[in-house]
Amino acid sequence: MKLKQFAAIALAMMIPTYSALAEYPDKPISYIIPFGPGGESDITARHQQPFFKEKFGQDVVISYKPGGGGAVGWAQLNSIKGDGYTIMGTNLPHIIVKPLQKDVGFKTDDITNVYMFHYTPDALVVTKDSPFKTLQDLIDYAKENPGKLTLSGSGKGTANHLAQIRFDGMAGVKSTYVSFKGTGKAVAAVLGDQVKASWGYTSVGAKHSEQVRLLAVAMEARHPKFPDVPTFKELGFDLVSGAYRGIAVPKSTPEAVRVKLSQMIGEINADPEFRKRMENDGMALLDVDYAGMGAFMEEMKAVYGKAAREAGIIK
Amino acid sequence: MPGIEHLLEALTPLNIMLALAGVIAGTVIGSLPGLTATMAVAVLVPITFTMAPASALILMGAIYTGAIYGGAYAAILLNTPGTPSAIATTFDGFPMAKRGDGDLAVTLACLASVAGGLVGAVFLLILAPPLASVALAFGPVEYFWLAVFGLTLISALSEGNLLKGLIGACFGLLLSCVGIAEISADVRFNFGSQTLLGGIETVTALIGLYCVPVLIDLVATPDKHLKVTHEPRGFRLREALRISWKGKFNLARSSVIGTLVGILPGAGGSIAGLVAYSEARRSSNRTEHFGHGEPEGVQATESANNATVGGGFIPTLVLGIPGTPPDAVILGALLIQGVRTGPNLFADEGSIVYTFIYGLFLATILMLPAGLVIGRYAYKTIVTVPKAMLVPTVAFMTMIGTFAIRNNVSDVVIMIVLGVIGWVLNRFGFSPSPIVLGLILGSIAEQGFVQAWTIGAATDDLAAMFFGRPISLAIIALILLALFYPLVRARWLGRRRKVNAD
Repeated sequence: MKLKQFAAIALAMMIPTYSALAEYPDKPISYIIPFGPGGESDITARHQQPFFKEKFGQDVVISYKPGGGGAVGWAQLNSIKGDGYTIMGTNLPHIIVKPLQKDVGFKTDDITNVYMFHYTPDALVVTKDSPFKTLQDLIDYAKENPGKLTLSGSGKGTANHLAQIRFDGMAGVKSTYVSFKGTGKAVAAVLGDQVKASWGYTSVGAKHSEQVRLLAVAMEARHPKFPDVPTFKELGFDLVSGAYRGIAVPKSTPEAVRVKLSQMIGEINADPEFRKRMENDGMALLDVDYAGMGAFMEEMKAVYGKAAREAGIIK
Repeated sequence: MPGIEHLLEALTPLNIMLALAGVIAGTVIGSLPGLTATMAVAVLVPITFTMAPASALILMGAIYTGAIYGGAYAAILLNTPGTPSAIATTFDGFPMAKRGDGDLAVTLACLASVAGGLVGAVFLLILAPPLASVALAFGPVEYFWLAVFGLTLISALSEGNLLKGLIGACFGLLLSCVGIAEISADVRFNFGSQTLLGGIETVTALIGLYCVPVLIDLVATPDKHLKVTHEPRGFRLREALRISWKGKFNLARSSVIGTLVGILPGAGGSIAGLVAYSEARRSSNRTEHFGHGEPEGVQATESANNATVGGGFIPTLVLGIPGTPPDAVILGALLIQGVRTGPNLFADEGSIVYTFIYGLFLATILMLPAGLVIGRYAYKTIVTVPKAMLVPTVAFMTMIGTFAIRNNVSDVVIMIVLGVIGWVLNRFGFSPSPIVLGLILGSIAEQGFVQAWTIGAATDDLAAMFFGRPISLAIIALILLALFYPLVRARWLGRRRKVNAD
């Protein structure tokens, strides 16, 4: 009797969940970017935007909650109502490195990522007329002039900065990292010969194709847009890294909605037109769904935690 | 090359409509404190996906231009810069409004904005590729010196009480340190609070420090907000045109300064306005009237900040590096449309670029009638609405505006706290401008200094880094001139008087 009652109640509780899910999404979804407009997090979200409407019939409304390099937005994520109608962009290594540095109002594990949909691979960028023709030229210069190789990059404790530290360790060189506010200014610094090279992204190569060359990209295999640029792996450095972007939901979001959302983002990622647009901008697509997120995040936490400790960014 | 066909393409009925709608919407948005040009453009992005790239650019450029001009209304009529670009407009605009010349100030601002916008667009049309190299020639150390140059303006702004001005500026510099440091990622001065992690947003501080004290005073004093003379005077266009013609050299110089500063990524409209104001003040023979309602001050700022629109598009289109924050949003929208900016854009996609530039001319010219009419309406509203309505309405708008900057309630709290601090400081003779200058220039100076030091130390050449580069030396010379010119001039005048007396 008790069991029956329990079953009835359980069933009654499940019905609204399932009926809600059956229709999800039945109204517009709010997609919060924890950075300002115009950055790469914004642009990739804008690429996804029309495909939500096309495939699932609902609009996605993008809004911005910038501050503290994303920290302000992520610290507020779990206080938002978890009904699947508010989602937020997340970025690696930010959500791993920031909470390790100081109390920024959230912990890495507080963030419920449902999908990692792409990464922008790190790349070493030089100007078209730079004397560094190959990665080896740059390494040779750094070996002969310890510390004199100046490299611009976007921010400290970011993908660019951690790539610089990891690469210095792998190649046995010492370079000087100069942090700029945003990729645009880091690129301007290398174009204006303020620094010798830049730790940037493949997207820099795509956006400034007339002015820059890439010496190597931090990918498993060559990027389709840059078939002539070798990977670090080919050249003997085990460096696969970049700025990873995903989508997270508030902790209170029901399991079923998380799974559904993960499927939806996966479907967009599989769309050939979407892939073409992303790759044309220099991005690399990635498919880490909700089921695989735990293992992926553990691996990333280990890699970035180690690099950040070596960099002295965290104690 | 720019050709007549691009001009005709820009003049389709659709584009004319977009330019007019954009300018009107931009002016209204810009006039509301807190709603900035960046935000106005960002809201539009999804709408532009379905348009042709040139039309999308025209719409966004028009909104941007309008918003920069609209920022002058709140600056003149409420002593609150509607956008950061209009900070220096408050210095003389509000005193003009106080003495009953608000309508004239608004009309002058409109004429100056149109002039500045046109000059910026001319440079964009003719000299974009060579001028883009200016953006690259400016390294970290030049930004550092430029920010220091901006800080010298404090001495001019706090005439009679330099000490209080310097204390205010130091307070502003400290405020600029709050939160996660932009380039070292250290957390500073947040006193354990999550709210302060994101730092103090410029616009939040602008609204708090400028607008809240005005609102408190409005409630605390029985007099009318602005002095009103009763005979209706229309636009006072004839008078404004005469003053503008007299100030043509000022307008030209300020517009060129605005264009050049606009080209520098990371400087922007607020610095353009401040530099132009400071130069106008220095070279004017009415220096002592500046800050007390001198029309030249309004003209300098308003022409310079609108010239940054054209100037900012130069690195954006030629290099793919956004010149100003709204340009970053526009660049993103272009990327999504599949338009690749870069040195070859002008050659390969001339139809887009030149159609857009002509569209920008069109929008700027349309700003003249649209701006005059909206400005007249804004002035009438502010002077005729009773205080009991005006104060709550403006207070409400400031809350909405502050919230909208980062969609964050804590910014509203910061704004109110700063407002109360600003009001108390005002009573003790501290004006808000040095504080705001410190806040804006502090982070630019800090970033430039740290980057220059890092590079200089790596290459073992710190002295040459800071004092050995030609552009740096030129800026240092300007700093010295700004600091010592008043002394030298006073002495020179004194000597001449003596000679005359003998």
